[in-house]
Amino acid sequence: MISIVTAGLFTTVQDGGRWGFQAYGMPVAGAMDRYAYNIANILAGNPPGAACLEMTVTGDTIKFATDTYIAICGADMRPTLDGRPVDTWSAFPVAAGSTLACGYAVRGCRTYLAVSGGIDVPVVLGSRSTYTRAAVGGLEGRKLKIGDTLAIGRSDTADNRPLLLPDAYRPAGAGDEITLRVLPGPQDDHFTAAGLATLFASTYTVTDEADRMGYRLEGPKIEHGGKADIVSDALPQGAIQVPGHGMPIIMMADRQTTGGYTKIGTVIGPDLALLAQAKPGDTIRLSQCSDEEAVDAFGRERALYEAAAAWRASALGREQYPPRRFTLTVNGQNYSIEIREE
Amino acid sequence: MDGMRFLNAGEQGLVAEFGTSIDPEINRRVHSTGALIRAAGIPGIREVVPTYRSLLIYFDPLTISRRQLIENVRSLVAGAESGQASTFARVIEIPVAYGGEYGPDLEFVAGHTGLSPDEVVAIHTSVPYLVYMLGFTPGFPYLGGMSERIAAPRLEQPRTVIPGGSVGIAGTQTGIYPVASPGGWRIIGRTPVRLFDPGAADPFLFAAGDYLQFTAVSVADYGAIGEQVAAGRYQPVIRSAPDKGGDKH
Repeated sequence: MISIVTAGLFTTVQDGGRWGFQAYGMPVAGAMDRYAYNIANILAGNPPGAACLEMTVTGDTIKFATDTYIAICGADMRPTLDGRPVDTWSAFPVAAGSTLACGYAVRGCRTYLAVSGGIDVPVVLGSRSTYTRAAVGGLEGRKLKIGDTLAIGRSDTADNRPLLLPDAYRPAGAGDEITLRVLPGPQDDHFTAAGLATLFASTYTVTDEADRMGYRLEGPKIEHGGKADIVSDALPQGAIQVPGHGMPIIMMADRQTTGGYTKIGTVIGPDLALLAQAKPGDTIRLSQCSDEEAVDAFGRERALYEAAAAWRASALGREQYPPRRFTLTVNGQNYSIEIREE
Repeated sequence: MDGMRFLNAGEQGLVAEFGTSIDPEINRRVHSTGALIRAAGIPGIREVVPTYRSLLIYFDPLTISRRQLIENVRSLVAGAESGQASTFARVIEIPVAYGGEYGPDLEFVAGHTGLSPDEVVAIHTSVPYLVYMLGFTPGFPYLGGMSERIAAPRLEQPRTVIPGGSVGIAGTQTGIYPVASPGGWRIIGRTPVRLFDPGAADPFLFAAGDYLQFTAVSVADYGAIGEQVAAGRYQPVIRSAPDKGGDKH
């Protein structure tokens, strides 16, 4: 069991999302930064889809009632364990009675805490993800508050050594300006050539209206060729809606299932993790890409998960070997040599 | 399969579009094609989302390519259209207590339309309404087929809380709020039936493509049905209807 000692700004239980019920108007929800969420589970030794805590802008202080093993990935909230700094993108054991404190995100926006065994809240429509607008899933369908306690699932892993994720598996240094790749459609034909050119040539700023539902951007106005409204159709994750005012809104995890504004394009899945880490005031560039490039990027993301899992297995495996000691004789002199595998 | 267009909705999204307007025939093709795709069990398809006029197909592009998926959908549709395309629609009865505490805007709608409250109720309950799609909130039906004789404008100042089960009118649309939420529709009644129960084995009362038939019940019956719902004993009245329902525009 874990308990919330101080609550972050907006902390919810999230997993891979509530797929399969959009036909009934049920949003998918799920982790906003899919990459950090998946890596956190890999580091913690959890199966894919285990529920984590998603902390936003400011993190929580969390007390652990039992010995366990955790991973922290995503935004750097300067986490400490019993007052000592610990690394983001790392995994380590925590002892019963320990306290993890996460503060303000000095870089990025969302941090994922994976606990070995996963956060155990009731499964609702196939998922533990919290969708706060309809109070579905998670803990009572809401963000966490002081005094909340959460059960932890049974853990299958016996590993308890610290792990620090190599740079190769971390997201490329996202700065204050990010570039997101976009596939045009489904309503790119509702815009003028100048409108499309504006989208791909301009920089946009994240407004204060940026949450789990969507990110409203501000910048040069995108010109429609016809009407800005359509008879509602479905909203994929990453859809760039452009209402009549010409400012793009990128739809995220808690988006409604359908919408009536024209969608000029879709931010590709692998790049949504970058947007999920953007904060108000950050700068966004949008670049056009082809379906082949997008599928390639999607494949690379999946390959990274496999590589990170393989790295973890070998990192844990190697450390099981004790240092090997040799005695070497050179020109009558004995040298004692110790070989450690890093 | 005239008019079916395939559009890009991200590397994991394919839109099959059957038209651009609200039309019962277009919507029927959406739902019949959606059912075909689900039944075909094509590997790599994650979810199919029907709307007024299109399907959004979520797929894993590493399992099935966009081109292959389009070919599969085309051949499914072609096969179905050369054979028999018999689908039957379900009509689900929605008992509603109209007016009074449950329908505070019934008097307004009557005044606005020049009808009596009883006439508004009679017209509202006269035909089944097609559920074109669900959206807005979980379980919220976009219904078609309401008579323009009982059309009424939205509230100028939306209410902050509308109780779950409230039945409303906005323009020529009618609908039901599945759960308590803010909203600006004119509320003419309320149903004690739960449209969305996340804990139930069958959490949604109806699906897109079904029809809803509102029936007027007394306040006493509303209470009795409400008790059955609370006890988990309520059985909704569901009948089948021929394909050509009363969804005239």
